[in-house]
Amino acid sequence: MKNSKSLFIQLTFTLIPIIISLVIAAILVSAVGRDPIEVVETLWKGAFSDSRKVGGVVNFWIPLTLVSIGLVVTFRAGLWNIGVEGQMMMGAIFASWGAQFILLDEGASFLLNIILIILAAIGGMVWAFVVGLLKIRMGVNEIFGGVALNALVNVISIYMISGPWQPSIGGSAQGTEPFPMPALLPEYSREFPVNIFMIFLVFALFIIVFTMLNATRWGLNLKAVGKNMRSALLLGVPTERTSMSAFLVCGALAGIAGSYRVLFTFDNLRPLATGGIGFLGLLVVLLLSVRLLWVPLVAFAFAAILTGSTRLQISLKLDSSLAGVLQGLMVLLVVLFQGVQEVFFPQANDSDDITPVDETAEVTV
Amino acid sequence: MNEELLNTLSSIIGTATPLVIASLGETITERAGVVNLSLDGSLALAAVVGFAAAWTAQETGVLSEPLQIAVGLGAAMLIGALIAVLIGFSSIKLRRDQVAIGFILTLLTADLARFFGAEYTRIPGPQITQFPLPILEDIPILGPVFFQQNILVYFSFILVFVVWFWLFRTNGGLSLRAIGERPSAAYARGANVNRLRYFYTFVGGALVGLAGAAYSLNVKPGWSSPPAMQGDGWIALAIVIFGGWHPFRAVLGAYLFAGLRAVSANIQTNGLYIFGQELEFPFVLLNMLPWLLMIVTLLVVSGGFTERLLSYMPLTVQRRLRAFLRSDPPKALGIRFDTE
Repeated sequence: MKNSKSLFIQLTFTLIPIIISLVIAAILVSAVGRDPIEVVETLWKGAFSDSRKVGGVVNFWIPLTLVSIGLVVTFRAGLWNIGVEGQMMMGAIFASWGAQFILLDEGASFLLNIILIILAAIGGMVWAFVVGLLKIRMGVNEIFGGVALNALVNVISIYMISGPWQPSIGGSAQGTEPFPMPALLPEYSREFPVNIFMIFLVFALFIIVFTMLNATRWGLNLKAVGKNMRSALLLGVPTERTSMSAFLVCGALAGIAGSYRVLFTFDNLRPLATGGIGFLGLLVVLLLSVRLLWVPLVAFAFAAILTGSTRLQISLKLDSSLAGVLQGLMVLLVVLFQGVQEVFFPQANDSDDITPVDETAEVTV
Repeated sequence: MNEELLNTLSSIIGTATPLVIASLGETITERAGVVNLSLDGSLALAAVVGFAAAWTAQETGVLSEPLQIAVGLGAAMLIGALIAVLIGFSSIKLRRDQVAIGFILTLLTADLARFFGAEYTRIPGPQITQFPLPILEDIPILGPVFFQQNILVYFSFILVFVVWFWLFRTNGGLSLRAIGERPSAAYARGANVNRLRYFYTFVGGALVGLAGAAYSLNVKPGWSSPPAMQGDGWIALAIVIFGGWHPFRAVLGAYLFAGLRAVSANIQTNGLYIFGQELEFPFVLLNMLPWLLMIVTLLVVSGGFTERLLSYMPLTVQRRLRAFLRSDPPKALGIRFDTE
């Protein structure tokens, strides 16, 4: 049982690194001659100044939460699914295919949306299946398989955009023509431009995966495979099938996330449509040491930083990569401080989760 | 020999140099049992820092041109080494997983590079100049390909042999391999495992930093976003595996990748002719080739696929081919060592 002292230590060791990362970010901002206070203001205003901005945050939050949920599943199985970025893109491509060639009229828009989301999930699963196959059957480390497949799907998307799917006028590598209206996910309102159905879907999937992980044999198998592949196999866990299922679940969620980018955020397919959200999802999950419960909250904070940062370029002439710097610093320091806590205050340890950030999980390259 | 072909070969050697240096650096680090996964980001950050340092040195106007370059290279090596040592520290002292820290640093350093690079985007700065080696450059064929290059290229030639010699012909190299294979045995024989790991992580990281500067001061001068070397860090990491943690094979891999890239770039600009007939083909798809090569090489060197293929062959062929194809990582790669 947790006592109040260990809770205090845990809390301290979460807050200190966040404060330090903020301080470092402030120093970096000062180093390039800007005022850190102004940056904070810009970030805040860019994310929360009116309901449209909050809508923008939600529009990052939806795909980010989806991939993060998926990544919790693969991390549970001890798998480094860096290919999530490519799985998201493949989902986006599948959805884009459907959006252009499955033509239904306005009345059937909701049905078409569902079809496209399912298509996207299949697309993500296909790409995740390849990573899984390379890993499980052919011994290619999933990190490298994933990185290569990410690059491949980017080339495919550029080929589709500049080739078969190029706009009839002024064909370039910028993007396809906007998809027909019925294919696009509808906005709730002009003041709050988000898709309500997707928000419900995110929560539904969150609850389903949470239950599956914590209350089913499958969840237990995942954990066993992640903790110790050998003993899991000896105990009769179907390790190959379990690992593959983790990849497929993550791929499906990433695919759905990808569909949101093209069917709502952009209205068309463009290169790098994922916007690095897959990688950001990995950071979210690492920050949380693979605890699913807090994913929506942390994803919201990260989405807010991301949304706010788009204004940095315009109002302060600061590169928007500052958002990534801040997020990266936070995750790095939180993880390092978990190490400090574990090494110097071992009594405060209570988690028996598999975390890829400490060395209980066997991960080798 | 055809002039154009010689030029292409020479440019392959030139553009492969950062890959050679980075993969040799990573080979050293991983031989010591530490994975520096951050290459794709740390190359970019080292490139920016190297360029910024050299450019600043140029602006102040005190130093001569070779010294400006030296300042740039030194700064890049330092930043590369610091990133690598941070990974070593978090593993050795704080018991964090090297892959996790490495991945976080991949993203963080890439973003830091873009953040600082924004100030230096597309401004001209000092560059490493070509320096043909007297006498050697006049050797037919070999001369123009290998010896009409710059200092870094020659350094990479020497480095390959130095790394090989150190690894396999010296006592120092023996303990370097030992701390990556069986740290407890090395410890029993008196090696200070963790101190050596810090040392080799530092050295390997410094080489990665040097490779980063090789981009911004030579191969693709200056800084632009997205950076020229995006993806190369991952390729370098794959080359280490393909190379079986052996310097000679790593270099072979680096030239293979650079060669393939040169061929595909050439086809994309000039078209592809077979028997005088121009081939119609969406050339953009050729950009897939390096990544397909990456998957195929990893497929061949690791795991069951090759084994299954080998089992169909006669036993004598099997043995030789296995020794040639297989590549097994250092046994303690990525695993922390505790003395107790």
